[in-house]
Amino acid sequence: MSGPSRPPVEPAPGPAPEIPRAALGRSGARRELTPDEARRMAVKVHRVELAISLVLRVGVVASVLVIAVGLGLMFAHHGSYLALRGPLSYRALTSASTSFPHSFGALGRALAHDQGRGVVVLGVLILILTPVLRVAVGVVSFAYEKDAPMALVTLFVLVVLVGSFFLAGA
Amino acid sequence: MTPLDFVVSLALISVAAGVLGSLVGLGGGVVIVPVLTLLYHVDIRLAIGASIVSVIATSSGAAAAYVRDRMANLRAGMFLEVATTTGALTGAYLTTLLPVRFLFVFFGLILAYSSVTTFRRRHVDAPLTVSNDRIANYFNLHGSYHDLAEGREIAYKVVGTKLGLSIMYAAGLVSALLGIGSGALKVPAMDSAMHLPMKVSSATSNFMIGVTAAASAGVYFIRGQIDPIIAAPVAAGVLLGATVGARILGRTASKTIRILFVVVLVVISLEMLQKGVLA
Repeated sequence: MSGPSRPPVEPAPGPAPEIPRAALGRSGARRELTPDEARRMAVKVHRVELAISLVLRVGVVASVLVIAVGLGLMFAHHGSYLALRGPLSYRALTSASTSFPHSFGALGRALAHDQGRGVVVLGVLILILTPVLRVAVGVVSFAYEKDAPMALVTLFVLVVLVGSFFLAGA
Repeated sequence: MTPLDFVVSLALISVAAGVLGSLVGLGGGVVIVPVLTLLYHVDIRLAIGASIVSVIATSSGAAAAYVRDRMANLRAGMFLEVATTTGALTGAYLTTLLPVRFLFVFFGLILAYSSVTTFRRRHVDAPLTVSNDRIANYFNLHGSYHDLAEGREIAYKVVGTKLGLSIMYAAGLVSALLGIGSGALKVPAMDSAMHLPMKVSSATSNFMIGVTAAASAGVYFIRGQIDPIIAAPVAAGVLLGATVGARILGRTASKTIRILFVVVLVVISLEMLQKGVLA
């Protein structure tokens, strides 16, 4: 635990020095929670945690499944992609001039034509929207648990996030 | 190399990127961008688009477990997102105003400094038991987590929210300006400035980086930087890796995570300094 070469100015290891209760003064706008209140608070927070964890898991699983289907379609439609050796290089698909859907209109057309790359892009969009959805669920959960300060803070984040998508022109 | 070889090999590398990213709270972009540009010679614009996808994948994949297991501090994370998203939005407007080379040197030095402060805290990271931080008390940002490596519940108090918020704002700004993962500044903000335990800092950073990345992902999609054949193996591999990493973090000693983070941070800061000085 204690390093022999430690310079003397550093504080000793172990728990940080405790500040006496009296010195706290006007430290927090809220009073100290009683053990019962603290327990109820923990239960509330845990409900929000479970809701958010569920949203993240559903988003992740949905996007992986859609991406996998898209990759499958891509390889099914282009048999030459499947070769382990051959003249076809991946560079044709990853150069700056490669075409793939990057607007909602193009994505819709790609999906209508059953194109694998369109399905992959749809899966990636589900992945990108998962954190946004997670923030939205946070707003609702905190409001439902009557935690006004946290609900407002989370709502602010949601507004900035949605605003950024509109500013991008999406 | 045929498309199939490309997809399979990139997916395997992405699994490793997901494990590392979810352990240190930086996301998979740290590994994905150099691999795509140096190993596969992919256009840098497409590599950055894939990096954004990998950061969101690490974040969502790992945070699902971190939030459920209370390893991430949900309230502190969501509270600090106010600063990161605002910073990211400001950064999008400043892009044309500031010289990029100067920014790389400036933030390269800041990351070098934070790697030193993070390293020095390796002996003194005992959690605080009291806090006189008014903001932290009002929003009740304090928490506790179950440390599987030590086999006990560890309660901690949060301090320095104002400094934390300022660094988080800078983190959002930098990620929008330079396209680097914002986790490099988020972890030191929580560990050094706000005194959250190292593993909680890493898990909470993981939880937050998805939202910061999502704020700029829309732009990357519209600009055509998200190429499906790159994004597909990256997203799938990183998600798998992040799920594995999330299981490892709880069982690993805090000090190991700290050293691992410092090593990665030193590499990133050298990369940035190199870009700023030589480019």
